[in-house]
Amino acid sequence: MLTALVLILLFPLLIGVALLFKSIPLLNADSIVNLLFSDNWAPNSGKFGFWPFIFSSLYVTVLSFIFSAPLCLLAAIYLTEFASARLIRIMHPVIDILAGIPSVIYGMWGILVIVPFVGDYLAPVFGLNSSGYSILAGGIVLAIMCIPYMLNMLIETFKSVPYGLKEAGFSLGATHWETIKHIVIRKSRPGIISAFGLGMAKAFGETLAVMMVVGNIARITGNPFEAGYPLPALIANNYGEMLSIPLYDSALMFAALVLFVVVLLINLVFRYLIIASNPAKV
Amino acid sequence: MQKRKTIEERVFRILTGVACYSLIGILGYIIFIIFNKGFSSLTLDMVTKLPSGGYYYGGEGGVLNAIVGSLYIAGGATLIAIILGVPAALYINSHLIRYKRTQNTVRYILDSLWGVPSIVYGAFGFTLMIWLGMSASLLAGIITVAFLITPIVIRSFDEALSTIPIGLQEAALSLGSTKSQTAFKVLLKQGFSGLVTAILLAFGRAIGDAASVLFTAGYTDLIPTNLDEPAATLPLSIFFQLSSPIPAVRERAYAAAAILTIIILIISISARYFAKHYSKENIK
Repeated sequence: MLTALVLILLFPLLIGVALLFKSIPLLNADSIVNLLFSDNWAPNSGKFGFWPFIFSSLYVTVLSFIFSAPLCLLAAIYLTEFASARLIRIMHPVIDILAGIPSVIYGMWGILVIVPFVGDYLAPVFGLNSSGYSILAGGIVLAIMCIPYMLNMLIETFKSVPYGLKEAGFSLGATHWETIKHIVIRKSRPGIISAFGLGMAKAFGETLAVMMVVGNIARITGNPFEAGYPLPALIANNYGEMLSIPLYDSALMFAALVLFVVVLLINLVFRYLIIASNPAKV
Repeated sequence: MQKRKTIEERVFRILTGVACYSLIGILGYIIFIIFNKGFSSLTLDMVTKLPSGGYYYGGEGGVLNAIVGSLYIAGGATLIAIILGVPAALYINSHLIRYKRTQNTVRYILDSLWGVPSIVYGAFGFTLMIWLGMSASLLAGIITVAFLITPIVIRSFDEALSTIPIGLQEAALSLGSTKSQTAFKVLLKQGFSGLVTAILLAFGRAIGDAASVLFTAGYTDLIPTNLDEPAATLPLSIFFQLSSPIPAVRERAYAAAAILTIIILIISISARYFAKHYSKENIK
């Protein structure tokens, strides 16, 4: 029993070491700052600047956050404060199924619905020309994928607010919404921040769905209607040729290492925040 | 003043309600699109036949190779995850029950592992595979996916176990059983519904995940008969067919997506059913 547990707790170490080991050739060839912030990506001539990919990743992540965070927050408030028991019974499986749908299905749905929507309707509104395969489409699909994840954590947080606090609010003559605004949300602020942070971490690492709708062209652009090329998509798209170009495999493993470190750090920090702000659970 | 309050209350009640119902709408819309597109090209051949020659140019055949491959990989990985995960979860809730700090640290690490993206597991699995001198195969896919879902099995089983009253364990211990006996005979039985849910959750994740098997399982038109042969998976089959320029092939991707969605729905619904069904006999 203990062996099994120890073995599993060694996973993160093992993953980190293995990926680091594979990225050493690349790290020897170039400095880490240069790798992360140079935008010169030309594997054939040995130039590996990851900035376009990191930038794209950050861009879709932030976009998805902007779409999903308010929606999740509002829905979580409704579900914990206003909703009837029947609606809650319906919503549980809805959230479960949303969480269970594989990313390839989201990607396909994105191609069928979001990409034409962005290309044919949204872009012309702004007077722009877009194929639809864009950072914006990636952001929308990601937002939907993150919803069940964020929503579950937000519901947990709101549920853990003691009822007595709310009663105190009501007794002072506050309306239901005022109680929510001033007591429930304030009380669960660390939980909300954590849920948002963890949702973003999930968006940052999501691969297939984004890769299917984002266009996969490496460049830095502020225009959300243009194509981007996030980090996970880079890894997934190029595994086939990575053994034929020198240092390429090392570069992709370095990309995976960056993803791993970023996501793990976000997870560790925000989960710590949850534990630290909730002494009752410790 | 009073009026402003009531208006604000009403506005936000509606706003939050709209947000909530829109989620149901989104899910309905996704499933509607997938089924609407998928059922028109879903034939019996799709689920009973292997891709024949010229399949990827619109020829005859189905995706049986991918369905079976996915079931093999998800099944194998779930088996490994159970073998590793069940003792680990039991250990957290029996031997570590007096050490809250350790318990919380372990949970903290496992939760964080749960958040690691599957493409990272894929890259890691690939590294491991090259190290061991394996080629892309069923076994490599199973191992990689097992890495991915073991934290899920442990943490969701552990969630169920942690709700079991400690008095039950104390009763078993007072009757002279060892901690391990208590864990396997009392906790496992009491938490069985939680275990089933955890397994189905992990199985669903395993069958739907593509990024982790992209590097490690390979792709083939045949049903693998041995662990060292490559295996196709349903998500990857959808992905590859969807990027085809031929409309007939893309139609099949829609059908394959409908199959995958049905599998996921069945898993999700049966998880709910079993959770209810098996928790009836529990000691409350």
